[in-house]
Amino acid sequence: MAQAPKFIGAPIKRRDDPRLIQGLAHYVDDFNPPGTLHMACARSPYGKANIRSVDVSKAAAADGVVAVYTYEETKGIGPVPVGAVLPDAKVPVQPILADKQVLFAGEPVVAVIAETRYGALDAAALVEIDYEPLDAVVDLEAAIEPGSTKVHDDYESNEAFKWGLAGGDVEAGMKEADVIVKEKMTNVRVAPLALEPRGVLAHYLPGEDKMTLWTSTQVPHKVRTLVAGQIGMPENRMRVIAPEVGGGFGSKLNIYREEALAAFVTRELGVPIKWVESRSENFLTTIHGRGQVGEIEMGLKRDGTITAFRYNVLADCGAYYQLLTLAIFTLTGLMLPGPYKIDNIEMNATGVFTNKVATDAYRGAGRPEATYILERMMDIAAVELGMDPVELRRKNFPDKSEFPFGTSAGLSYDSGDYHLALDRALEAADYPAMRAQQEEARNDGRYLGIGFSTYVEICGMGPSAALGGQGWESARVRVEPTGKATVFSGASPHGQGQQTSFAQIVADGLGIDANDVTVVHGDTDVVPYGVGTFGSRGTVVGGSAVVYARDKVRAKMAKFAAMEFEADENDIEFEDGRVFVRSAPEKSAGFADIAMMAYSAIALPEDTDPGLEETHFFEPSNFTFPFGTHIVLVEVDPETGDVEILRYVAVDDVGNMINPLLVHGQIHGGIAQGTGQALEEEMLYGEGGQPLNASFMHYALPKANRLPRFELLHTTTPTDVNPLGAKGVGEAGTIGSTPAVVNAVIDALSPFGITHIDMPLRPERVWRAIAEKRA
Amino acid sequence: MIPASFDYVRPQSLEDALARLGEHGDDARVLAGGHSLLPVMKARLADPGVLVDIAGIESLSGISESEDGITIGAMTTHAEIEASASVQGRCRSLAEAAAAIGDVQVRNRGTLGGSLAHADPAADYPAVILAANAEITVAGADGERVIAADDFFTGTYETALGAGEIITSVRIRASAARGSSAYLKAAQQASGFAVCGVAARVALDADGAVERIRVGVTGVAATAYRATSVEDALTGAAPSAESIRKAAATAGEGVDALDDFYAGADFRRHLAGVYAARAIGKAWIRAAGE
Amino acid sequence: MEINISINGESRTFDVEPRTLLVHLLRDDAGLTGTHVACETSICGACTVLLDDKAVKSCTVLAAQAQGCEVTTIEGMANGEQLHPLQEQFWEKHGLQCGFCTPGMILTANQLIASNADPTDEEIRHGIEGNICRCTGYQNIVDAISAAAAQMRD
Repeated sequence: MAQAPKFIGAPIKRRDDPRLIQGLAHYVDDFNPPGTLHMACARSPYGKANIRSVDVSKAAAADGVVAVYTYEETKGIGPVPVGAVLPDAKVPVQPILADKQVLFAGEPVVAVIAETRYGALDAAALVEIDYEPLDAVVDLEAAIEPGSTKVHDDYESNEAFKWGLAGGDVEAGMKEADVIVKEKMTNVRVAPLALEPRGVLAHYLPGEDKMTLWTSTQVPHKVRTLVAGQIGMPENRMRVIAPEVGGGFGSKLNIYREEALAAFVTRELGVPIKWVESRSENFLTTIHGRGQVGEIEMGLKRDGTITAFRYNVLADCGAYYQLLTLAIFTLTGLMLPGPYKIDNIEMNATGVFTNKVATDAYRGAGRPEATYILERMMDIAAVELGMDPVELRRKNFPDKSEFPFGTSAGLSYDSGDYHLALDRALEAADYPAMRAQQEEARNDGRYLGIGFSTYVEICGMGPSAALGGQGWESARVRVEPTGKATVFSGASPHGQGQQTSFAQIVADGLGIDANDVTVVHGDTDVVPYGVGTFGSRGTVVGGSAVVYARDKVRAKMAKFAAMEFEADENDIEFEDGRVFVRSAPEKSAGFADIAMMAYSAIALPEDTDPGLEETHFFEPSNFTFPFGTHIVLVEVDPETGDVEILRYVAVDDVGNMINPLLVHGQIHGGIAQGTGQALEEEMLYGEGGQPLNASFMHYALPKANRLPRFELLHTTTPTDVNPLGAKGVGEAGTIGSTPAVVNAVIDALSPFGITHIDMPLRPERVWRAIAEKRA
Repeated sequence: MIPASFDYVRPQSLEDALARLGEHGDDARVLAGGHSLLPVMKARLADPGVLVDIAGIESLSGISESEDGITIGAMTTHAEIEASASVQGRCRSLAEAAAAIGDVQVRNRGTLGGSLAHADPAADYPAVILAANAEITVAGADGERVIAADDFFTGTYETALGAGEIITSVRIRASAARGSSAYLKAAQQASGFAVCGVAARVALDADGAVERIRVGVTGVAATAYRATSVEDALTGAAPSAESIRKAAATAGEGVDALDDFYAGADFRRHLAGVYAARAIGKAWIRAAGE
Repeated sequence: MEINISINGESRTFDVEPRTLLVHLLRDDAGLTGTHVACETSICGACTVLLDDKAVKSCTVLAAQAQGCEVTTIEGMANGEQLHPLQEQFWEKHGLQCGFCTPGMILTANQLIASNADPTDEEIRHGIEGNICRCTGYQNIVDAISAAAAQMRD
């Protein structure tokens, strides 16, 4: 682009919004084709049980029931796909409906098809399943004790895999240390809880031999390839549509049983089959995030130099794997050194089966776990060394001149200026004044605390080889004969706003108005084969594909313009809806006029075909590494254990911003989610493997009155990994916030001698920690 | 989540409603605002054959004020109670408890009578009902009777309400000349229900000594209760922050407290003391100032 | 049973089971799918509609209870082409991402402003505690409601 960008970098209002704010958008459950039948499932109430018998006679006889399916009728459907693999990992086969045994509460046993939503639910309740309840495996540490009750009867133990990562020499680093700090920490299971539950509507037309599957997903093409495979259908006879999707946060980056089930049933019955998840099913059967218990050791010199870092961790897999279960904690390993120069690192992970739903990608996916333990350890070490937590962090940052910065975990951080982000945050927070405020409050018997998190995260997933395949993204850009432009993206946003930011990218490159660009995504019959939206990759990888596809179209248009103006194609400029010759601006035509030339094709430039439509598959050369500093001020009421966040200052460097409005929205939401994990969120199971808090009545999510106003600032360190210079922002807030909030609470409680409390810092935990120290 | 099937009737008079209840016996349940009953039915923890919706009975709604107190119709919503100048003036803790229930939408639908009849151990009103020594008027086939607050809550989800009876109103005497009340709670972060809620009602004599005090505690035990040890310790003397703190500390002592994943029994007993001190302190400052 | 309800100013009659929840009547029988079901336990507020001008959670109201009432859903907020100030400001301030909570949030905010024309941020945050948003962290929602209140005062 020769001219300054007009749209890229501007806080443009979203184009998705008018339909959403008027209730006119269509999520899966908003489609009701005539003749739709409804599916409901009878599910295990036990963590583990033998199924003695299944009697569906009452359900089948109920009013309006059309069909009932058990394991017998559905055993031909392929098992739930597992995408990520590890050498030597045990990989249990996850059936679509349980046969002789159920291995987690919520596991479906019978599917009922009925004429109405209510009728299907009623009939599912009439299914009679005779269970023999068995002991369930709930606790991670107990699960790997010799002789523990087992999840899978035919495995020797509950150990799913062993995985390790090492850089440098941790033993030597520990010997070199003056001080070694140790702590055991838990990253509890949390539920992603997208506000729209999952849902699927499958409609097979026998005459056309064609199926359409509307599903609430982040990865429509993965669904198509894998579900078609499960039911034995050629994938190009299946069209998957991700319509409006009400949030995902990783939970819809997966292939679930009900998708294959609905697809299978519609092919049998030839009518539309709809299943919409209840919230209870969402808690029980949609993947959870986190789920790590580990012991951390960190060696440091007296001056604060970190010499070694070790993480021995148990990773909770659940009973079966979902698509990426086995990949998540590898990201923890890769990000163990965080933003610090740590030459010697080691992670030893043991995967553990439990009688629970699988863990998988939840916003941040492995990196929040790494950042949390590292940032917590930095504060613990700072107390031990008597250093200010800021100075300890500064001491270990690489300088900006050291980028690209190679880490002991084997990554190359693209670009960064960690000191600058920290300085900017300290200044915005007025750190000395904050400490003075804390001191003053303490003199009044009040407990204020200041928490830091200086994080770096791995985004823009990612080079295909590094991801075990499919790290690219696709885009097709078409300039229509009338001069409008249409983007067909392989990414599948679900609230992020790329219908706007991709339009900005194309508008600038073609010199047209962003309102003249339409962005289409989430329909496998329409867009090029794509990967999807997750891992902060939508703009970074998907947007880069748009850039290249746009530039190919632009180059082709330039040829037509050059022919028309008898000029050099390199001398053609696009601006304000005009196409003209840079060196002779009087030679000019409307953008639409040149577009029409390409379609009329009465005259064609040499070696040029008609039409203006170009596709690009963008393969990134590296990940991107956004970073930042979050500073939190909290007050703790030591009598009640209540925590109130008084201030939240965040400096995030996400590289170039395409649309700052959207960037801020992502950071706000991320901070809220990370804060939820720090203070409130946790999936709890009773001894029998039944969830104790699987409803919004029991599982607390952040509400408006529990959150402060966020003070957001930025530094901008572009990356050269992609043409946009953007680093990704979807997960930054979640990764930065959790340890910052916890560190602030622990800092507030330091007068009691408290150095660590495991999340979530609910009032009772905080009170108990104080009570123990007082006793 | 949907309820099982049922029949629905909407009588227009109390007599008709009572007749319907008599007709269907145990198979019928009274539907007030529905914010206690419908969630239970949706979870299939209750499965009545008939719902008798009393929303059409006009006489059950509204707040009336007399010289010595207020009478609140059973179908009065939390939002109406929260916003009522009469309630704020005569029994501030009741307005505070109403305002502390759920959220705006829930307060728009939920009713005083519905909540009391449901007798959730974590509901907010019971603490105030006990502290205010309210009188609950109920109607049945045999006519009306009045149940004293201390006799009303008999267990978890259990009350002195007899079969086929409907709560019609709640009467609360106005605070004394030098008296006031306050309600404070620790809310469960997810549901907003009380993990511990304490209502205190204080009347001071001319010298500023405590003439009468009643302290109601909800959310802590299987049934809301009066913290009589606290009341006894404070009655008859001029309070101080220190004496309140010391007396209030016994609010949870010896209580067989609820124990769940969110708050253990010892934490709830501890909170009872903390919130008793805070609620009494607030009521005392109000009483002394008003 | 037969139920008569005025929805967004239009009087309509439905024949439904007594157990039909208002949200399902609106979505499945009236075809107004802007009202969403998310938690089913009267916590999240995605199903919020106005019942006789008061915000209620339609997953915890029987359709039968709405007999003879006026219901306003998100589809009834705009005046023809003219967006309601709340809709305008949610758009302007980027008060939504996935949009699933937005209809309920807007209807709750509508009642909030009706009872308090100039709410503080704290009052807004308290006023929307019955509406959960998993995407935005609420800040832009608070700003949108505040701006809409200002617009409505003018």
